[in-house]
Amino acid sequence: MDTAVHDAAGDFRPRDWAQHPPYLSPDYKSTVLRSPSKPLIPMKQCLSVRTGPVFGHDSLAPLDSDLTKNGRVNGEPVGERIVVTGRVLDENGRPVPHTLLEIWQANACGRYVHRWDQHDAPLDPNFFGAGRCITDAEGRYRFTTIKPGAYPWGNHHNAWRPAHIHFSLFGPSFLTRLVTQMYFPGDPLLPLDPIYNGVPEGARELLISRFSIDVTEPLWALGYEFDIVLRGRQATPMEG
Amino acid sequence: MSQTLKQTPSQTVGPYFAYAWTPELYGRRPLATNRLATRNLAGEHIRIEGVVTDGEGAPIRDCVVEIWQAGADGLHAPGAAGFGRCGTNDEGHYFFDTVKPGVCEPGHAPHIAVTVFARGMLSHAFTRLHFSDEAAANAEDPVLAGVPADRRDTLIARRAELPGGVVYRFDIRLQGEGETVFFDC
Repeated sequence: MDTAVHDAAGDFRPRDWAQHPPYLSPDYKSTVLRSPSKPLIPMKQCLSVRTGPVFGHDSLAPLDSDLTKNGRVNGEPVGERIVVTGRVLDENGRPVPHTLLEIWQANACGRYVHRWDQHDAPLDPNFFGAGRCITDAEGRYRFTTIKPGAYPWGNHHNAWRPAHIHFSLFGPSFLTRLVTQMYFPGDPLLPLDPIYNGVPEGARELLISRFSIDVTEPLWALGYEFDIVLRGRQATPMEG
Repeated sequence: MSQTLKQTPSQTVGPYFAYAWTPELYGRRPLATNRLATRNLAGEHIRIEGVVTDGEGAPIRDCVVEIWQAGADGLHAPGAAGFGRCGTNDEGHYFFDTVKPGVCEPGHAPHIAVTVFARGMLSHAFTRLHFSDEAAANAEDPVLAGVPADRRDTLIARRAELPGGVVYRFDIRLQGEGETVFFDC
């Protein structure tokens, strides 16, 4: 990791709580004991949060962004090959270049490599399910992977997570850090999912990727586009 | 300013992220670890450790703590300690081996920016670690000053000089009695 620091000038726009889920979302049971009960305390942005770590291209290995190759042992991973691509932008519509994305997901059967995952579905010996890449100068990223399967979880009777890919991003600052999930269009499980529904109405749709025939590669993989918007800087510096 | 786009909503990391974020156990190379300080790094070498607990005081094992800090010279710069990431173990315990940061901005006490991610947290939480042996600087710190006096203690890591070295204890309580102060920043 390279710990070089981005330009530290200017405050970032606040977290937009009309877009983000509240900490307490009782239909998602795990939030009940894990949500801060006291209001967040406003903090004037200072250098230690306006800056952030930088992960360089040399931090990555050549296959890190190809999940169909980076877990191979003795053959191809099973499932529907997909390309997931998009842009990382800030709220001002500017690309976020050279920033790290990390993704992780279940295999085509809905099973994670994670040692705690007890779902009675097969592990794929040729699929690890995690990848990384760095956006280019225009903020573009691209992963090749396998479409993840839905899986059951213990939240409530007959609870199934919609197919999803977890995304983790840094952006230019400790404040622009974001972890989110990308979902697939037309998934019938979405309206039933309390994690998806924890996001305010009107904002949820931003988590659904778009199928794209232009990204789809003939004889190879279906294509999905998913753009991600991180916090941007204020138009004028805030005086505290 | 040009037209604004809407922030992409946050989502939980879920329970199954360790193989991606802290993948050493899976035989993979991590991008970031909890050992920020190489032996030759300038500054006082310290360990920061604590337990992350929920509203019932139960340890949280599917949690990740990330930190970002200046080096001993106060600079967020190449070669400084910088960024660290540590998953909690079955007892909810995490630790970082690092150096004590210097003052990175006039008027601010030495501190470390901290974020907490876990299953059951739909957005990560921001907090800030201060040092118990910096009482004078803490008393002047503008961020601590913005925190109700009876809750400031939750932001102070307690120094202990142990046979193995200096350890600062910083427990993180997500909810309830002694709840850690989390910031909107």
